[in-house]
Amino acid sequence: MKLNIKDLHVSVAGTEILKGLSLAVSSGEVHAIMGPNGSGKSTLAHVLAGREGYEVTRGSISYNGADLLDMAPEERAWAGIFLGFQYPIEIPGVNNTYFLKAALNAKRKHLGQPEIDAIAFLKLVREKSELMEIDQKFLKRSVNEGFSGGEKKRNEVFQMSVLEPVLAILDETDSGLDIDALKIVANGVNTLRSDDRAFVLITHYQRLLDYIQPDFVHVLAEGKIVRTGDKSLALELEDQGYDWVTTGT
Amino acid sequence: MATENTDIEQLVDRKYRHGFITDIESETLPPGINEDVIRFISDKKNEPEFLLNWRLKSFRYWQTIKEPDWAKLHHSPIDYQDISYFSAPKQATDAPKSMDEVDPKLLETYDKLGIPLHERARLAGVAVDAVFDSVSIATTFKGKLAEAGVIFCPFSEAVQDHPELIEQYLGTVVPYRDNFFAALNSAVFTDGSFVYIPKGVRCPMELSTYFRINEAKTGQFERTLIIAEEGSHVSYLEGCTAPMRDENQLHAAVVELVTMKDAEIKYSTVQNWYPGDEQGRGGIYNFVTKRCDCRGANSKVSWTQVEAGSAITWKYPSCILRGDNSVGEFYSVAVTNNLQQADTGTKMIHIGANTRSTIISKGISAGRAQQSYRGLVKIFPTAENARNYTQCDSLLLGDQCGAHTFPYMEVKNPTAIVEHEATTSKIGEDQLFYCRQRGLSEEDAVNMIVNGFCKDVFRELPMEFAVEAQALLNVSLEGAVG
Repeated sequence: MKLNIKDLHVSVAGTEILKGLSLAVSSGEVHAIMGPNGSGKSTLAHVLAGREGYEVTRGSISYNGADLLDMAPEERAWAGIFLGFQYPIEIPGVNNTYFLKAALNAKRKHLGQPEIDAIAFLKLVREKSELMEIDQKFLKRSVNEGFSGGEKKRNEVFQMSVLEPVLAILDETDSGLDIDALKIVANGVNTLRSDDRAFVLITHYQRLLDYIQPDFVHVLAEGKIVRTGDKSLALELEDQGYDWVTTGT
Repeated sequence: MATENTDIEQLVDRKYRHGFITDIESETLPPGINEDVIRFISDKKNEPEFLLNWRLKSFRYWQTIKEPDWAKLHHSPIDYQDISYFSAPKQATDAPKSMDEVDPKLLETYDKLGIPLHERARLAGVAVDAVFDSVSIATTFKGKLAEAGVIFCPFSEAVQDHPELIEQYLGTVVPYRDNFFAALNSAVFTDGSFVYIPKGVRCPMELSTYFRINEAKTGQFERTLIIAEEGSHVSYLEGCTAPMRDENQLHAAVVELVTMKDAEIKYSTVQNWYPGDEQGRGGIYNFVTKRCDCRGANSKVSWTQVEAGSAITWKYPSCILRGDNSVGEFYSVAVTNNLQQADTGTKMIHIGANTRSTIISKGISAGRAQQSYRGLVKIFPTAENARNYTQCDSLLLGDQCGAHTFPYMEVKNPTAIVEHEATTSKIGEDQLFYCRQRGLSEEDAVNMIVNGFCKDVFRELPMEFAVEAQALLNVSLEGAVG
């Protein structure tokens, strides 16, 4: 997998949010993107997943050589892109397991694989839900409905584990989690780390990186990546705050 | 956002699956209505004197009244003289004595509709009465039902075989003076279904009727009467389809249900009359009066409806909760797309003590469709400790459709508790995006969200029909986002 973002400019409702962002991600890598509020972190996540309402005014994104910006959100999902939502969406009346099975089978269908049968799916779900320490009763409820903030985030990582993406973008998956939930989520991500999968972790705080070791840390400020380093960059940020990178002092 | 709306507009593009016309020779009256027409219908059906007189009284009353105009519906005026009031497929013999004598073309029609009159019916364990234009074609499983003492037959047959029951009950739940369309129906109704469940009998199978309008420029005026004697139980389903035609066709039915002490009727409808095309040409005008009189204590009626078709729907299945502790339920899913209009809801009339009612109404609008929920909860002074719970939710697809709610409450007893909850939401752009991000196509995502929205109602349908209803919903919204 090779993701290549070049000089990306994105506007939302006429306001430019990303102002020339470049980033390259390859299989096996874990990238952390940090930055102050309003720096464009979530915009980047949404643009990668293909959400409407984000206008790319300049630059390009190639994904395994294809133009990602030409692909519909579901096509990106079939090609292995997964977005863990900052605010997972509730879908009343739609069973969580049913939803996930439909999603998995949609993906398999487009990859030319046979649909997974009910028994194999239940086995898979049981396995993955144990990994994420998800109570079986959540699987029977409607998608995210009545879930606490932490349960929603765990459900996102659980979905990710079932869908087995090639590129996983987690948008502030750590926010709103208590320390136990954070450990569970981090454990899920660590278990899924592999040579043929890449992660982009979007986070405001260094805390998540205590549990997930990133290969690269990028600081996003005012629509651009202003600094790239290794894990130590995150610790420096923790000490000195974002002003330290944004003002360039 | 703007792009999303365009997508939703594109999605509003449906295909009607039941739009074929059966080429069959039929005997059809020329358009027009007068006393001779009514005498002709009555004579054709060899009706007893009392019925003809009742029809004539209804007709005379109908002539003195006007179409109701309070509903939030707009349509060109209906020319009642331009409608044929009787159409029957011509048969070699007068009436089929067995299934073998039924015209194979008719059976083919029902096959296309997926209505199993032969073996498939046996497998499904559903007894079917099929009404084609004005006459009832065949009732399956009559024998097996007769063993249990259940009468399930075409209305016109019941008039011949059980005139005393007809005379005793007809018009006692929906009097001919009830409303304009009920009066018209009482004057010119041609057929329908009759069900009688004797005391203490649990009907051994689901009863089902399929209605189909085939002939051009005909109206369909069916009349259904179900009587559930003390301690009996029956589940009844009706389905409706019509061919695609450019002109509008009128359908004005009356359904009367009676439940005695401890009796229960579950009445489910999947209505899929032709809705008209994208420009609003053609389609059925569906003006229906349905009511249950819970006469005995502890009796129960449950209306479940999936209303997906018709250009115009005007329908308020109601419950008169007369017996103490009687229970009325109304579960409704109404889907309107393109230029369809629906004004639908229910009336819960609490007269007995400790009567309870539940209303769950789910409205889905797409295209330029307009939909209204209109409901009345009336608590009489006699209705000590009456309870009502109403929930009506509307889901909008796109920004050119509309949803309206008109809840009326009249509470005359201070011990009553009446609750009303209403929500209107647009199908969430974020919900759609979430589903698509997980790999579902936009269309599958809409179907999933809409079906989830309707779940509370679908689970009230008998299993095999719940599947049908879900499929129908998906077809109705085909192209509504895409």
